[in-house]
Amino acid sequence: MASYLTRRLLIAVAVLFTISLISFLLLKLSGDLATALAGEGSNAAYVEFLRKEYGLDRPLVVQYASWLGKALTGDFGRSFYFNDSVSLLFASRLLVTLKLGVLSILLALLVALPLGVLAALREGSWVDRLVQMLALTGQAMPVFWSSYLLILLFAVNLGWLPISGADSLAHLALPACALALNALPALLRITRSGMSEALVSDYVRTARAKGLRMHSVVFKHALRNALVPLVAIAAVQFGLLLGGSVVVETIFAVDGIGYFTWQAISQNDYPVVQAAVLIVSSFYVLLTLASDLLNMWIDPRYKID
Amino acid sequence: MFHPKKMLATFAVGLSLQCAMTGTAAADKANDTLTAAFQFQLPTFDRYYAGGREGYLLGLLVYDALVYRDPETLEFKPLLAKGWRQIDHLTLEFDLQQGVKFHNGDDFTAADVVYTINFVMNPDNKIFSPETAVWIDKVEAVGDHTVHIRAKKPTPLALNYIMQLAILPAQYHQKAGKDAFGRAPVGTGPYKVARGSGNSVIFTRNEEYFDGGGKNKPHIGKLVYKTVPDVTAQVAELMTGAVDWAYYIPTDLTERMRNNPRIKITNADTFRVGFLTMNIANNAPENSPLRDIRVRQALNYAIDRKAVATSLIGPAAQLINSACSPLQFACRQDLPAYEYNPEKARALLAEAGYPNGFDIDVYGYRSRPVAEAILGYLRAVNVRGDLKWMQYPAVVKARRDGQATIVIDDFGSSGVADAGYILSFFFNETSDDLSRDPEVSALVTRGNELLGPAERKASYGAALERISGKAYWVPLFTMPINYVFSSSVDIPVPRDENVEFWRARWK
Repeated sequence: MASYLTRRLLIAVAVLFTISLISFLLLKLSGDLATALAGEGSNAAYVEFLRKEYGLDRPLVVQYASWLGKALTGDFGRSFYFNDSVSLLFASRLLVTLKLGVLSILLALLVALPLGVLAALREGSWVDRLVQMLALTGQAMPVFWSSYLLILLFAVNLGWLPISGADSLAHLALPACALALNALPALLRITRSGMSEALVSDYVRTARAKGLRMHSVVFKHALRNALVPLVAIAAVQFGLLLGGSVVVETIFAVDGIGYFTWQAISQNDYPVVQAAVLIVSSFYVLLTLASDLLNMWIDPRYKID
Repeated sequence: MFHPKKMLATFAVGLSLQCAMTGTAAADKANDTLTAAFQFQLPTFDRYYAGGREGYLLGLLVYDALVYRDPETLEFKPLLAKGWRQIDHLTLEFDLQQGVKFHNGDDFTAADVVYTINFVMNPDNKIFSPETAVWIDKVEAVGDHTVHIRAKKPTPLALNYIMQLAILPAQYHQKAGKDAFGRAPVGTGPYKVARGSGNSVIFTRNEEYFDGGGKNKPHIGKLVYKTVPDVTAQVAELMTGAVDWAYYIPTDLTERMRNNPRIKITNADTFRVGFLTMNIANNAPENSPLRDIRVRQALNYAIDRKAVATSLIGPAAQLINSACSPLQFACRQDLPAYEYNPEKARALLAEAGYPNGFDIDVYGYRSRPVAEAILGYLRAVNVRGDLKWMQYPAVVKARRDGQATIVIDDFGSSGVADAGYILSFFFNETSDDLSRDPEVSALVTRGNELLGPAERKASYGAALERISGKAYWVPLFTMPINYVFSSSVDIPVPRDENVEFWRARWK
């Protein structure tokens, strides 16, 4: 078990290192950073001044090593646009993104659980087909498109909910729905298949044979087992939601790390972009690691592997 | 943007139907609050560290400069200086207004002007637009309400820069320090920052705003700066009445809002002009077809600029015949236009030894539809452009390094209403000068060193004539933008993008 854990941790570190290297190189390839920093209409002399000022004239290896060294201590440098510490800027926006993420995943679970159970109980029926169609639609619809549809219906047409901001729960309702729609298909499928498997398992048959009521069989025996992989998937989906929040937060003007990242990309604020890639992927890697550990705890075969 | 255009258009159709049916837009007149939507957050309230258009507008709201440019006539008018004169070829003398107070109650005096200019001149302070201060040699107070600003060399654009220098309260700024000032700014401007940060900032009217300058005490008491990054969401906000004003709304979206009686749309000019640059500088390939004037002329004849401007830019777009914006001082537009004539273009290419045309890389970064249209016109005369679509900084680097032979470019002149600015940028032997014509460069330099308007006009005019005659550029059109606002508010639309919210009134 210890070796499994060590291996997973080493893989997580290697993934993060690779991501940081790739994002660093991609940023360098995206154009001349000194020109971007100088802004539109800046003359070449000013561009050269900035290149020296920000150390962009140093060899790439030196630039990367210097950035990585500082990043390991939590120092991601200063934002060019906000002229403030990148770490502090992220910290001040993290809470709203986490709030939105938690709200979205809860919303998705709230829909996925009953519908998934229902579909498994009525396998092959029109209810099942409807649920599968819902999952397929959710999967196929890009998150920006569902966001626009939600705006059109609930804000423009019905006038029930505000479009932008994050001041209240009402403000977070539409972005949370958009993100939840995005996370829903995977959760719906895993609940349905988990329940289907559980319902034909020996212990459920035994429970039924014991004469337990349907309600008790489904919720006390089958669902409890079906829930375990769902929790693992939900952890990964939560990581995906944080990544997906770039689009949703930008559309709904939620001042979280997603919108902050979009703004940094638009303003060529590369210390922020670089930090954003690393921070969001760290979340994802940590959640995947957590999900692996959870699986290991559930399924002893992982320990042997 | 991350959304495909077709889907966006479909969404817009939905929106327009909703709007036509509900017509829900309504400004918050009852609370005397005007909400304006912007794409980006204000990074700080300190004018010198807030870049971009948003930073510029912040500067106008919260601060005042010594002089003010009328957004309609583009003339300089008094603001914190009630008058000024050129006392020698390097020095400008300003008589300052008396009785003006900063938002914190401090009196405005010559010491504030001296402090501000010394602050922006200091390279250690790394302000975002150093070009507004690098020309200054020194500043001195010659009385409580008189200052002298001395230039390093004759600077006819001095007032264009001075109008961008927001005057800071010396005592408070020094005491607060840069970071604290950025959070709690103090200026003399028509609005004060009341509260907020991030996506919503509230400005309230400066009740003590002084008379006698080009600006006025605001008619509307409260202004909300709302960040709505997604332009489609901005449109939806306009429809629901949550937002009263927005700009830079693409024409395909505004067209779908035309039916809504509660929304007003204006397409208005800016200083930005579109053009094609062609590299014939030393770092361009020796055998580049562009080195032949007939080829450059052919490209000028090949493009139907009117069709592109009408269909893709906007109704206010004007065709330009020279390398500047018609709004700028000394910009001549009375030069011979290269009319759309593909036959002539083909003939010129054949004459230059390219009867079958040639292949060439064409770089672009702004509007893909415009770039595709231009490439289509070039292809029609057998100039087969391979579009290299990149981010702006990458294109600029490629242009300066000599890799980008043709660039579909544009330039906003940083809001300077003077042809000297754009000419100095592109035709004065800098790395952005792709023609490297010593005659043009000499004329531009001469214009830059003269203070008399007539002489400058003559010098720049001659430079523009030679640029046009040698077909160093393909000048295209001006690039207006769309302003969309609630019809219950009357807000003047500027010619220079400097929106004056203090002049907005409820109807």
